[in-house]
Amino acid sequence: MIRPTPLTEPRTLPLRRWIWPAMLLFLAACSRAPQPDWKLTNVSGHLPDLAFHLTDGAGRPVTARDFRGHDVVLYFGYTHCPDACPLTMTHLHLVMQKLGPLADRVRILFVSVDPARDTPKIVGEYAAAFDPRAVGLTGSMNEIVTLAKRYRVAFTRGPDLGHGAYEVNHSSAIYVFDSEGRARLLASPANSEDDIAGDLRLLIGMEHPS
Amino acid sequence: MSRRRAMATICWLASAWTTHAAAGQTMSAPLEVRAAWIRWLPAGLPAAGYAVLYNRTNAPVVLVGAESTEFARTMIHRSLSSGGLERMLPVARLAVPARGSIRLSPGGYHLMLIQPRRPVVIGAHVEIRLTYANGRSQTVEFVVRPANATGPH
Ligand SMILES: [Cu+2]
Repeated sequence: MIRPTPLTEPRTLPLRRWIWPAMLLFLAACSRAPQPDWKLTNVSGHLPDLAFHLTDGAGRPVTARDFRGHDVVLYFGYTHCPDACPLTMTHLHLVMQKLGPLADRVRILFVSVDPARDTPKIVGEYAAAFDPRAVGLTGSMNEIVTLAKRYRVAFTRGPDLGHGAYEVNHSSAIYVFDSEGRARLLASPANSEDDIAGDLRLLIGMEHPS
Repeated sequence: MSRRRAMATICWLASAWTTHAAAGQTMSAPLEVRAAWIRWLPAGLPAAGYAVLYNRTNAPVVLVGAESTEFARTMIHRSLSSGGLERMLPVARLAVPARGSIRLSPGGYHLMLIQPRRPVVIGAHVEIRLTYANGRSQTVEFVVRPANATGPH
């Protein structure tokens, strides 16, 4: 039996198979600005710019504008948290060490979700104990709720542990902003130091092309 | 080569002996406790204590409490991270399985040390008594490490 297959098919098929995907890839490459291969979650355009009114460790009022010019790593916690928060803050300190001199372009903002106990002095000392580029911030409950809501950060006061002690359950998310205050990346404490440091390096590189 | 190995063995034995002696344990201590450290925090904030608990016996040993003359209160806690939320829960009983071990480590089980009676100093050693379900107890020396430490050394 003779199969009605045209003779030309075996030769043209590979070309037909590849030409469209290749053209699509070419068009995609032309139409999009090159994006680095981020290890963290890219949130550019999905979260609002950094904005807040809070109080620093010296009791001075500070706003997000005061950190323009620095890439910002934002993390929420509370100072009566001896385990989880220090683990993340130590993690971020090691990220800063990996960055070397570039770390001077970065500020870690530790924002208290427990303003009832976290005075400016305590939150300032707490943050500084982890890294010289970490800044502890607190404020009124209203100011903190406003910032937390802006980034969909949840926190709830846990049950009373007696003697006035209580825990605050809180979101573990880590937000990265560029030096103009734009939200860029979302990390979790589970992301490795290398991944966070690598993405910060990429971000700083994009902002300061050498 | 063999001399170096012999030296290494001697060093290992010496360090094992000093760890043993430093921990102030007698041969009959219910658990072998190693790498015990406290994360220092400023302003008299609650601190966390960590260690690795080895049970060399053929029966489980259940940790039910801890106390220290240096702190007003000591509790066993566990940090949990689920659904992007960080929580801390009290632990009433922590069983170290027979011929097994339990790690008290950052982000997991830890001793919660509340209200230091006097300032806790980095580098100092703090004695903490661990108490067990069978009524026994043992005193372990914890070394105080800086806030951003990752372990006892
Ligand atoms: Cu705890």
